[in-house]
Amino acid sequence: MSPPSQARDGAGQATVDVSEELIATLKKKAVTLRKHIIRMTHNAQSGHPGGSMSAADIVTALYFHVLRVDPKNPTWPDRDRFVLSKGHACPVWYAALAERGFFPVDELLTFRKLNSRLQGHPELGTTPGVENAAGAEGQGLSFSVGLALAARMDHKPWRVYCILGDGEQDVGQTWEAAMASSKYGLDNLTAFIDRNGIQQEGRTEDIMPLEPLAEKWEAFNWHVLTIDGHDFRQILAAIEEAHRTRGRPTAVISRTVKGKGVSFMENKIKYHGAATSDEELKLALAELEAQEASIWP
Amino acid sequence: MESQRTYFGRALMELGRRNPSVVVVGADTTESLKSIEFGKAFPDRFFQLGIAEPNMISVAAGLAAAGKIPFATTYSVFGSAHTYNIIRQNVAYTNLNVKVFCSHAGLTVGPDGATHQINEDLGLMRGIPRMTVLVPADGPETGKCVAAAAAMKGPVYCRFSRTNVPTITSMEDEFVIGKARVLRDGSDIALIGCGLMVARCLEAAEALKRAGIKARVINLSTVKPLDVATIDRAARETGGIVTAEEHTVVHGIGGAIATAIAANHPVPMAYIGVQDVFGESGEADELLHKYGLTTENIVDAAHGVMKRRARSE
Repeated sequence: MSPPSQARDGAGQATVDVSEELIATLKKKAVTLRKHIIRMTHNAQSGHPGGSMSAADIVTALYFHVLRVDPKNPTWPDRDRFVLSKGHACPVWYAALAERGFFPVDELLTFRKLNSRLQGHPELGTTPGVENAAGAEGQGLSFSVGLALAARMDHKPWRVYCILGDGEQDVGQTWEAAMASSKYGLDNLTAFIDRNGIQQEGRTEDIMPLEPLAEKWEAFNWHVLTIDGHDFRQILAAIEEAHRTRGRPTAVISRTVKGKGVSFMENKIKYHGAATSDEELKLALAELEAQEASIWP
Repeated sequence: MESQRTYFGRALMELGRRNPSVVVVGADTTESLKSIEFGKAFPDRFFQLGIAEPNMISVAAGLAAAGKIPFATTYSVFGSAHTYNIIRQNVAYTNLNVKVFCSHAGLTVGPDGATHQINEDLGLMRGIPRMTVLVPADGPETGKCVAAAAAMKGPVYCRFSRTNVPTITSMEDEFVIGKARVLRDGSDIALIGCGLMVARCLEAAEALKRAGIKARVINLSTVKPLDVATIDRAARETGGIVTAEEHTVVHGIGGAIATAIAANHPVPMAYIGVQDVFGESGEADELLHKYGLTTENIVDAAHGVMKRRARSE
């Protein structure tokens, strides 16, 4: 169980009118990304599968339905910007970029290896489509503020989407950025908080209690939604609502499950930063393939 | 005596007029830095981000990633030490076009005391790959640093003083990042300084002249990339070097120069700077005196280097 966010529970659970086919397509793609995450981290025997899998549905919705990006021209000036503040979850980013055509899918297995373009944490300028460097936590939202200010100064319609971890809510700079975002009324900025409830050494509420989290973001003058971060209709509805919101940035507190998609990895602290064994790899892929087969239409 | 901040504010304004991509971010020190003048002239390109320097640096990085040329302006202690890993990850590792310009460097911050007197920023910043590190010697050079930093692509850290400093260069002097400038020729010893210590090196050279010693004075306004050619030539042609900096000798320009010449042409050296201690409250000149950063200290060090050289010959 992910931790409750009491006050706003359900506030963002409006759904959008999207076709069953779109939802099925996104679900399949998310499973594909999760399979890549498992294979990449297994091949590297390191990396952070848990927080990559919890963010997989949000990343899928963005890269396969929302973001205006051009894989053939990754630095197209008018593209939407995706910023991964929780840099350790880069396997899901690399998987999405490869599946979206930014670089060959085969390259994913070079993750964390010498001479690879897929560094252990994201590096700007090396990996096509990667927009920021992250690893030391808490810098991505500030970076997103800079991007959003630049878009506004130039009267450009492109938008900025930032994914933060919930562990990152411990970092003071996150709140510096939260204040600056609302000071400048950055309604072209949407922050997803991947609320999987687990950080490196334990449950977030044991390490450093975050609740009431929605109220914190509201107190910082953000428009706040709380959704199920694994429900595509809720994710897409939240993005639509963020687009409609004027004069304020939107925070989408996305209740997720760490390790989502593989039963023995779900909600396990261990898989924050540990790869699967050979045996676990087979079991995990079998589970994900079964899910893929069950998605209709 | 002139204010480097006045030149900084003026240069920033001129740059802003010429280049609409230039933006300024500040952290509740913009009046002091005179960057507020830019804000008044170009309010749409000026962002007051409060006492939140890590956020300020990352916001600057985001602005740079979208094609802007951001100048992040604050006091040196906040713009280097407090933001070290932000600059490292979000500015240098990303190789973004962020210019961190800081006043209030070194001991001469004065009465505010050791919390504000950073004598470690040059070492911190020159240790980061891809960083260009500038220390203008006076007002005119501070203005030139602004223009030169904007004209190059990539991260820059520039530090200057709170206190007024003597003007020793002119607006007509050429300023090129990466080039150390010989201000006075001489073949007996080289005095290499940065920032407000350059003026003291010139005074020391004058004092040494009275003793019949011809000292070469070099203004090392670019700490990184180091002008190894000019330093190496000074070592070969003078046979002894005194470095002078308002910074700890643990990892300042003295160490950088020693490392460079040791690989090519080692000569006896002495290091004028802060000796691995914190500062304290006091007036700028009192502090420079107490911590051994005066003209006389440079002169004495020069004599010492020449004696050591004579013994070894």
